[in-house]
Amino acid sequence: MRDPLRRMLSLARPRGTRFALGVLAGAVATASGAGLLSLAAWLIATAATHPPVTALSVAVVLTRALGVTRGLTRYLERLVTHDAALRTLADVRVRVYERLARTEPVRRFRSPDLVTRLVSDTDATQDLLVRGLTPPLAALLTGAGAVALATALLVPGGLVLAAGLVLGGLVVPVVAAALGRATGARQAAARAELTTALVDALHGAPDLAANGATARAVARVEAADAALTAAARRDAGLLGLGAGASALVAGLTLWATLLLGVVAVEHGSLGPIPMAVLALTALAAFEIVAPLPAAAARLGAVRASGARLFDVLDTPPAVRDPGGAGRLVPGALRIRDLRVRYAPDATWALDGLDLDVAPGEKVAVVGPSGSGKSTLAAVLFRFLDPDAGTVEIGGTSLTSVAADAARTVVSGVPQHPHLFTGSVRANLLLARPDATDEALWDVLRRVRLDGDVAAMPGGLDADVGEHGERLSGGMRQRLALGRALLTDATLLVLDEPTAHLDPDTRDAVLADLLDAAGERAVLLVTHDLERLDRMDTVHVVVDGRVVQRGRPADLLARDGWYRRAHRLPAPV
Amino acid sequence: MKPLDPRLLRAARAVRTHLAVTAVCGVALTGLILVQAWLVAHIVGGVADGRGLAELGPLVAGVAVVAVGRALLAHGAETAAVRSAASAKSQLRRRIVAHVTDGPARGPATAGELATLTTRGLDALDDYLARYLPQLVLAALVPLAVLAVVASADWVSALVIALTLPLVPLFMALVGMHTQARTRRQWTLLQRLGGHFLDVVEGLPTLALFRRAKAEAALVRRVTDDHRQATMGTLRIAFLSALVLELLATLAVALVAVEVGFRLLYGELSLTTALLVLVLAPEAYLPLREVGARFHASMEGVAAAESAFAVLESPRPVVPGSRPTARRGTVALDIDDVGFAWPGRDAPVLDGLTLAVGEGRSVLVTGRSGAGKSTLLALLLRFAEPDTGTIRADGVPLRDLDAAAWRARVAWVPQHPHLFDDTLAGNVRLGAPDATDAQVDAALAAAGLTDVVAALPEGTATRLGEGGARLSAGQRQRVAIARAFVRDPDLVLLDEPTAHLDPDNAALVRAATARLLEGRTGIVVAHDAGWRETVDETVVLTDGRLAERAPAALVSGDGRYGDHRHPQGVAS
Repeated sequence: MRDPLRRMLSLARPRGTRFALGVLAGAVATASGAGLLSLAAWLIATAATHPPVTALSVAVVLTRALGVTRGLTRYLERLVTHDAALRTLADVRVRVYERLARTEPVRRFRSPDLVTRLVSDTDATQDLLVRGLTPPLAALLTGAGAVALATALLVPGGLVLAAGLVLGGLVVPVVAAALGRATGARQAAARAELTTALVDALHGAPDLAANGATARAVARVEAADAALTAAARRDAGLLGLGAGASALVAGLTLWATLLLGVVAVEHGSLGPIPMAVLALTALAAFEIVAPLPAAAARLGAVRASGARLFDVLDTPPAVRDPGGAGRLVPGALRIRDLRVRYAPDATWALDGLDLDVAPGEKVAVVGPSGSGKSTLAAVLFRFLDPDAGTVEIGGTSLTSVAADAARTVVSGVPQHPHLFTGSVRANLLLARPDATDEALWDVLRRVRLDGDVAAMPGGLDADVGEHGERLSGGMRQRLALGRALLTDATLLVLDEPTAHLDPDTRDAVLADLLDAAGERAVLLVTHDLERLDRMDTVHVVVDGRVVQRGRPADLLARDGWYRRAHRLPAPV
Repeated sequence: MKPLDPRLLRAARAVRTHLAVTAVCGVALTGLILVQAWLVAHIVGGVADGRGLAELGPLVAGVAVVAVGRALLAHGAETAAVRSAASAKSQLRRRIVAHVTDGPARGPATAGELATLTTRGLDALDDYLARYLPQLVLAALVPLAVLAVVASADWVSALVIALTLPLVPLFMALVGMHTQARTRRQWTLLQRLGGHFLDVVEGLPTLALFRRAKAEAALVRRVTDDHRQATMGTLRIAFLSALVLELLATLAVALVAVEVGFRLLYGELSLTTALLVLVLAPEAYLPLREVGARFHASMEGVAAAESAFAVLESPRPVVPGSRPTARRGTVALDIDDVGFAWPGRDAPVLDGLTLAVGEGRSVLVTGRSGAGKSTLLALLLRFAEPDTGTIRADGVPLRDLDAAAWRARVAWVPQHPHLFDDTLAGNVRLGAPDATDAQVDAALAAAGLTDVVAALPEGTATRLGEGGARLSAGQRQRVAIARAFVRDPDLVLLDEPTAHLDPDNAALVRAATARLLEGRTGIVVAHDAGWRETVDETVVLTDGRLAERAPAALVSGDGRYGDHRHPQGVAS
């Protein structure tokens, strides 16, 4: 496995010219700063020998020029590298997105935290390129120049400066970053305990107050806080080592250079003017390596981001997409002996499930949580491949055609339908990009959202906000449902479309859903047994297989899970 | 925005100490910078005057001493800064926790936001206190000290520095103001474009379902490119402030160098003085540049401090009452014409609610969402006090009672009980820390958890993980009921105990609740009409008052509790 940092850097290769320009500009900027002092030293030392004015004129012009170039080239460097990094970020985002779109998008990255982290890991590429790539390369160029100048003046002086720059620009930053990581790791346990104690005390505040336990929870937070603070204070000395060592290396390099210079002048191997240049070069050279400790400290986090990022990019696709031009002919859904599990050693989520849905049939799949209902929906959406068994529509296997071809016939509402930031219209057009406003209003009418949307400022153009936060829970579900109705799919799979709605809204959404579905077949996955009387067939799934099926009224009459689940409350 | 929030000084003693230590270190460091410049100037000047190591030796040794001194000072200052940052964070964290754990989260931040603020949020103070503030002190001290020394050596150079130095903050403020206005104009655009990638990754299953996943890849690139262009537009302006700073600083040094060069040429100045001026000139601008470079850290630190103070300055709910009250097995409640509006909302949630619950009676309070059901429970828990009207327990106004003593008589089973990262037994003991193992086991059995306990690897000693992650929602609900059992309360309050549970789990929770209500006074808040069979009486809340009431159909109040109960114990 190659180092994730190097792999991240290789992502920037297409933008190599821009980065090279950035490094060059950065090097010129740094060299202007350090060179200004070296040149000024020569100017002053020469002036002290009272030469003719003309002897100084070139140096004077150059000195003034350097005064301007540093600011300008630094500005150029920043713009060029940020531009190149942002361009690279666009490449990386597209790569990550395409890989995620090809691999199964359901299981691995479903947790909102993981999605957020993946996105910030992608953005870490930018951090590496701006802070981790250009400054060290520019420092390398300028540092080599300073050492070359010092060596030309006095060989031992050059060696001393080289040693100082390597220590101050490489060894000290790397060691300081390692110390920082080590103290971070040492404090991690205390930090985790504090976070847990805080989350418990803050999220559980009402429970604690009601149970008279607030004081105990606060005491736990304070104990955890004391432990973390003590650890942080103990480790502070280690963290200060970097700053101390940097100052020491710079100071001692200056001292050694002065010592060598004084001795060399005394022995006649160095003139007083070069001595002045050498001394001030040694003084100014440490500005070159000043940004490197901060860069080194960031690299650990960037490397971890890179490792996670490539973990995603290297994941083989979880859905085999046969591609090709094969199509499904709308027809009856026929599932036989379907078996699915999420890992080779996991228990079967679906364990020999048989199920039929005739064209136009309204079917409910119910059962306790974790019985495999949502896994069935994921298979039908082509988010997940069956491990065994057959899923056929109109006599053709669902997995024998391209995933997108299957989705022309099967569509619906996934478990957590996503509303995109943007307008109501944009969210609906996803399902049918060429739909007219008339068609959109028609579908909104069918899911009884037309009144609400008309009342929003802008109507179809009204912004739904992030995750549809400007809509109520019921409106969000209705909009997702309307989206599904815009497709030509003949089978609508609805995974818990009424979850997290209060009962009044739930009943209304369910009723409107069945009215709006019309001639299409509906497979409704739900754990909510209310209002299922309008369904043609109910399948009860327990432990990955159907244990009961029939008309809702018949199931209520028969003994079994469905009847038991309805006989509430259980007798005391 | 102020660079240093005076509230921070008042709030945390550690910050005051830190500032004092930082100031002392700053003065010492400034002294060493001046000494080093003096030594370098005299050594290089001495060499030009033909002096050798014998004469210059002490000065060269002085450079080494200064180097060690600066290193020790840098290490000490950094160590002290990290230590005081840790202490300051700890002090603020404790104050915030003490301030907000009185009851349910209210005021400017939710529990989640508070948890983030008290952990990662306060970490922004690290860089602020340990890096930014010391630079701010140096930026105030060094330029003035340098100016004074340069003025005593060469007043013309001092004039150049004195004229350019104030331009730095002036131009930076001008550029900063312009940038801020522009950034603010672009902020929404940048936010939207920046958030797009997260949005599409989160919505990938939805995109896949509508066969838009591949088409969206092109959009990801286009939007990221738009984001790059918008960002670069902002950066071109934002980097201007750095450009101005670098230009002024370098140009001033160049001007000084040329100026002393010429005056040296004409013999108006000694080489040593010229060198001293040259070495010191860049030092005058360096701290300002460092402060500029750490501007970001200062913004984040100040923002973190502001969030902390927004919480600390929010009013603390006052819980009146000091009259003792003791458990006696049951309680009679009399809610008399109670009105209540949550702070910050105009419309009252409760508006003239009158309801009496006799000893040992249980009432189901039902009604649409927002009708005030949960608010009623909050008032009974003394999380808030009624605006009008009175609640009496056994005839005594609730507001006269000591809140802790009153809560000790009450058990509350919320809709989403918070389980703590503790053992199962520890969670059950939340409201009764002294309960014996036998009492805990009995409570678990009464809550119908015996089978669950048997399935846990370490029984009641099993840690449940953050938020009780080891248990299902229904099991967590029953742990809350076990908590209630072990408290042996007079009054039981249940808030939607079976909402969002599948039927099997709901039945188990209902059975456990029925056992808990036996002989106790109880209020069950639920949407679900199925609860009618468990309680003595059902009332409907509409717009904050009672709409109708009917005795529960299946259970009559008599016989079950004996003759001393009030069969008509509820009166409206």
